[in-house]
Amino acid sequence: MSTHITEPVFPRSIRAMAEHEEAEPRFLGGHALCAGCGIPMVVRTVLNSIDGPVVVVNATGCLEVATTRYPETAWNVPWLHVAFENAAAVMSGIEAADRALRRRGGAYTVESPTFVVFGGDGGTYDIGLQSLSGALDRGHRFLYVCYDNQAYMNTGIQRSGATPMGSRTATTPVGQAHSGSPRGRKDLTAIVAAHQIPYAAQASAVDFADLSRKVRRAVQMGGSAFLNVLTPCPLGWGFTAREGIAVVREAVETGLWPLYEVIEGRYRLTYEPDPRQSVDRFLATQTRFRHLGPDEKAAIQDTVDRDWHRLMDRVEADRRFFDRDDILTDQSFRGRQVGGSPL
Amino acid sequence: MALRMVMGNEAAVQGALAGGCDFYAGYPITPATEILEEMGRRLPPRGGVFLQMEDELAAMAAVVGAAWGGARAMTATSGPGFSLMQEHIGYAAITQTPCVVIDVQRGGPSTGLPTLPAQGDVMQARYGTHGDRPAIVLTASSVREAYTTTRKAFQLAERHRTPVVVLLDAVIAHMREPVELPPLPEPALNPWPGSSGTEPPFGAHPFTPFGGPSPIVVTGLSHGEDGWPRTGAGQATERMLKDAIAGIAEDPSLTQGVERYCMDDATVAVVAYGITARAAHAAVETLRAEGERAGLLKLDVLWPLPEAALLEAAEQVDGLLVVEMNLGQLVMPVRAVVGGRTHVAHLGRADGLLLSPDVIARRLQALTASVRS
Repeated sequence: MSTHITEPVFPRSIRAMAEHEEAEPRFLGGHALCAGCGIPMVVRTVLNSIDGPVVVVNATGCLEVATTRYPETAWNVPWLHVAFENAAAVMSGIEAADRALRRRGGAYTVESPTFVVFGGDGGTYDIGLQSLSGALDRGHRFLYVCYDNQAYMNTGIQRSGATPMGSRTATTPVGQAHSGSPRGRKDLTAIVAAHQIPYAAQASAVDFADLSRKVRRAVQMGGSAFLNVLTPCPLGWGFTAREGIAVVREAVETGLWPLYEVIEGRYRLTYEPDPRQSVDRFLATQTRFRHLGPDEKAAIQDTVDRDWHRLMDRVEADRRFFDRDDILTDQSFRGRQVGGSPL
Repeated sequence: MALRMVMGNEAAVQGALAGGCDFYAGYPITPATEILEEMGRRLPPRGGVFLQMEDELAAMAAVVGAAWGGARAMTATSGPGFSLMQEHIGYAAITQTPCVVIDVQRGGPSTGLPTLPAQGDVMQARYGTHGDRPAIVLTASSVREAYTTTRKAFQLAERHRTPVVVLLDAVIAHMREPVELPPLPEPALNPWPGSSGTEPPFGAHPFTPFGGPSPIVVTGLSHGEDGWPRTGAGQATERMLKDAIAGIAEDPSLTQGVERYCMDDATVAVVAYGITARAAHAAVETLRAEGERAGLLKLDVLWPLPEAALLEAAEQVDGLLVVEMNLGQLVMPVRAVVGGRTHVAHLGRADGLLLSPDVIARRLQALTASVRS
C-alpha cells in the first residue's frame, strides 16, 4: 500500500465550506439550473473542498448550458467548455501544458492549480467515455466529477448508459414493446477503476461531508481521480423540487447506489445501510417508475441484490489492506448519520 | 386524410417512413431530437429498428452497417453531430451505401446557437468529408416539404447508391403548420431488388446487401467493381466516382429541383432555399404589388446545384440576389455558374435571426437601383 493513504483525510466542515464560499466564491448563484436540481450543491461542495486555485473544464450538459447564458456566467474560476465528447481530452491538454511550463521553470511561478472536470452521465458514461479512458490511461493529474442524474436531461430526458432498469425516458417509453428501460446502468465506476488509477469513488448528493472527504482524498492522491456522484433531477425523475435529497437517500439506503471508494485498486465501502432497504422505497419516490408492476420491481430488486453482493465480495477481499492502517479513522459517514445540507 | 398541425421534425419522420425507412440510429441533439424520439415511438411497432447510439460517430456507422444488413437506414442530427458524422458519410460514399442523413441546421460553428436556425452547413453537406464524391443535398422550406423531401431522399439514395443529406433548419424543424399527410404505408418487408449474383457488387450496379448470392468485401480503401482494394495509382475508384457524379448530374429529378415564382417577366430575382425562401416569396409578393418585376428561384436541390435554371435566369434578369442564413456560402457556386452574365449580390446573416421579407425587399430594390444606374 502506498504511503499516501496512511494519512487520514477529513472532510471540510459545512461551516468551513460556507466560509470558503463567502471568502472566495467559485460558483455563483443566478444560474438557470432547475429548482430542486442537485448539480449546484455537488459543484459547490467539490469546489469548496479544494484548497488553492482550480481550473474547471465542463462537458456539454445541463451544468454547462445553465451556467453560461451570455452575457452571464456562474463561474468565478477559469472555465472551459469545448464540446460533448472531449472534456477529459481538453483537460489532458491543459494539465500537460501546465506541467511542461512548470518543468521549464523560469518566469512561470503561479501556484499549481487543481484540475477539475465536471460532466454529466451523458458526457461521461457514453459520448465522453473514450476521451475519459484516454486521459486516465495517460495518467493526467486531474479530478473528473460525473454528476450522474441517470439520463440525458439537457436534451429532454433520453436514456443514457446510467439510466436504471425500468426507468421511463423519452427513448425508453412505456408501451407494448417495452416497460421503460430494458437494461440497467453500466458500472462506470468499475470501468474507471479498471484503469488502475489512484482513486475512484461513488458519492451522492445526500451526504456532502462524504463527498467533501472523497474530493480531498482524490486531490491528495495526486494523479487521475474520478468521482461518480448520484445527483437528483426533479424533471427527469419525477419528484417535487424539495424531495431531491430524500430521494437520493433512498438510493443509498436501498443499495441501488452504494457509496464506496477504490484506492489504488482496493475497494472499500464508506457507508453500510443497516438494514439495507427494499428497492421499492426508492422506486416509489419518482414518477419515472410509476408504471412498474410487482414482477418488474422484483427483477430490479434482484439486480440490485446481485450487484450489491458482488461489490461486497470485493470489499471483503480487500478489507485486510485497509485494516493495516488508520484510513478507517477518517470516515465521515458513520452509521445512520446521513444527510445535511452543505450550505 | 385530415388536416392537422404537424411539426417539421415529425413530418420528416413520416416522410422517411413513407420512403421505406425501417432503421434509425441516432443521438439526441437540439433541434433534431424530436426526430429521434418520434422514430423511437414509431419504428418498433412497425417491426423496424430504433437504436439510440452513444454518439454521432456511432450513429452514422450503425446506419452504414444497417444498410449492408439490408435496411433502409437513416439518422438525424444538427451541426456538431453532423461534423462528427463526416468520416462515415465519406465511407458511405466510397462504398456506395444508400442511406439518408437529416441535418437540422443551427447556428455554428461548434456549439454555436443550439436553439436558433441557420443555413451554415450548405458547403459542409457538400464538401465536409475529404476527397471527391457524388453529393445529393436536398432542402425544404415548409413542413409539407420536410415530408416530401425526406421521402424523396430515400428514393434518390437507392437510385444513386449514395448518402443523401436533407438540410432542414431549427425553424422548419420546430414550426407547426397545418398539413394533410397521406396515411403511412403498411410496414412491409422491403427487400433490396439486388442483383442477380452475376453482377459486380459495386459501380453502376444495384445495391445488394449482405446475404446475397455471393460474399461481398466492403472497404473504405479504393476498390474496383468487385470490391477488392486497388490502392496503386490509376485506381478504378476514380472512374466509379466520375460515373456516379455524372449520374447525379443527369438525373432530372435533381436538375429540375427548382421552383420559379413570378419569373416570366422578372428583371431581378432572388435565389433562396429553405426557410429563407418563404420570406423571399413574401418579399417578391410585396414588390410585385408595388409594380416591380421581381421573381424568385426557390432551390429545393442544393447539390448538385441546378445550374441550367440558374444560367437561364442569369440570361434573363439584370441582377440576382442570393439570400441565405450564413455569411456567404451558396452565393459562391452561384457566382461561378453565372460567370458574369448578370450581377450577383448577397444578403446573409448568421446571428440566429431570420431574414425578414421587408429586409429582402429593400435589398432587392437597392439591387434594382444599382443595376439600372
